[in-house]
Amino acid sequence: MSDINIKITDREGKVHEVLAPTDMGMNLMELCKAYELPVEGTCGGMAMCASCQIYVHTDHTLPEMSMDEDLMLAEAFHVKNNSRLGCQIQITEELEGLEIEIAPEV
Amino acid sequence: MIKTDILIIGAGPTGLFAVFEAGLLKLKCHLIDALPQPGGQCAEIYPKKPIYDIPGFPEVLAGDLVDNLMEQIKPFDPGFTLGERAETIEKQEDGSFIVTTNKGTKHHAPVVAIAGGLGSFEPRKPLLENLDKFEDKGVAYIIRDPEVYRNKKVVIAGGGDSALDWSIFLADVAAEVTLIHRRNEFRGALDSVEKVEELKKLGRINLITPAEITSLQGGDHLEGVTISREDEEIFLETDYFIPLFGLSPKLGPIGNWGLEIEKNAIKVDNTLDYQTNIPGIYAIGDVNTYPGKLKLILCGFHEATLMCQSAYKRIYPDKRYVMKYTTVSGIDGFDGSRKEAEKAVIKSIN
Repeated sequence: MSDINIKITDREGKVHEVLAPTDMGMNLMELCKAYELPVEGTCGGMAMCASCQIYVHTDHTLPEMSMDEDLMLAEAFHVKNNSRLGCQIQITEELEGLEIEIAPEV
Repeated sequence: MIKTDILIIGAGPTGLFAVFEAGLLKLKCHLIDALPQPGGQCAEIYPKKPIYDIPGFPEVLAGDLVDNLMEQIKPFDPGFTLGERAETIEKQEDGSFIVTTNKGTKHHAPVVAIAGGLGSFEPRKPLLENLDKFEDKGVAYIIRDPEVYRNKKVVIAGGGDSALDWSIFLADVAAEVTLIHRRNEFRGALDSVEKVEELKKLGRINLITPAEITSLQGGDHLEGVTISREDEEIFLETDYFIPLFGLSPKLGPIGNWGLEIEKNAIKVDNTLDYQTNIPGIYAIGDVNTYPGKLKLILCGFHEATLMCQSAYKRIYPDKRYVMKYTTVSGIDGFDGSRKEAEKAVIKSIN
């Protein structure tokens, strides 16, 4: 398995092109933290806080949204149609070229 | 004025375990926490989630870990100031500290240990114009005294346990309770959801879903809210609006205490004792940072243990002490209780 390329836009609009490992069981919230991008991930990745909300800008096929994630987003702020919780998206080879943006802090 | 040996800010697992390690050194602890109950994130965010990396516990629910820690520290009789946030710190001439909370409670101790996790939990506020204007004038984020709502009209928003639980509770108190949520489904505990459903059928809770509040109306005090549901707009008269969208941690006032901060965490000396740049103030657990830092409960336990040894030397600079094993010395509680290993039975073979 190889690393993939992901573009992450931070809250200041700066684009970070990062390499993401596909063999470490990492998700997008953890990827942001690994590159010291300002994602809180308060609950550690249990879809219980929405502090890792991201907007997905490409049309990659993503893992289907679970009820937990859907209901957490229903209580989050700044939610758009392309909102997801970063912690619920595992990094796989299919995500090569993915572009995401970190949602505003609340 | 509350006096103690080690004043611990934050009653999460790290802060609680510090009470135990301090107790072995006969040091008394008092804890301050912004939340109304001990346990920090474990109790507030994920009490029913299993944790798998506590040494010796193949699996333990976060809430049970907190209960166990409370049981473990009981002999050392810790004091608690709960539901209050540590606001200011003043260093005294003798090197001790006075910490005052947002409600004015004062605490005096020779050592302060900040075990504040990611910070104190503050309510997440919905993005509504005028929301600030009506704070304490009809808008509340935390229910402190339910009696305030007796025979009043209350609108609650949110889909988690606190929104459900308070709707159920206030159905008996308020004149009218309306619960508004963006979905028809709720995240909260199943029995709470069922209870709300039952109260809805009885006409005791007015449930409006899928909907959200779009604006607030009123003069000096809140008088009503506008709710958008699918294509319709509903105006609802109300005395109170309580948005319950969970809590998010903020480092808050501790950030202004003159401590060296890096990446929203407090820098400490990890080669020695987790002391900050201000002698006598330590930072342990998720709130601190040092090269190689890992935000794990088990690391917080280790940091708490070393901090207590250093605190002892600071409080009693002239006393000699050597770390003891609980298997050997047992536990002498401050309440007079004693736990110790049973004496071995000696039997001879003839």
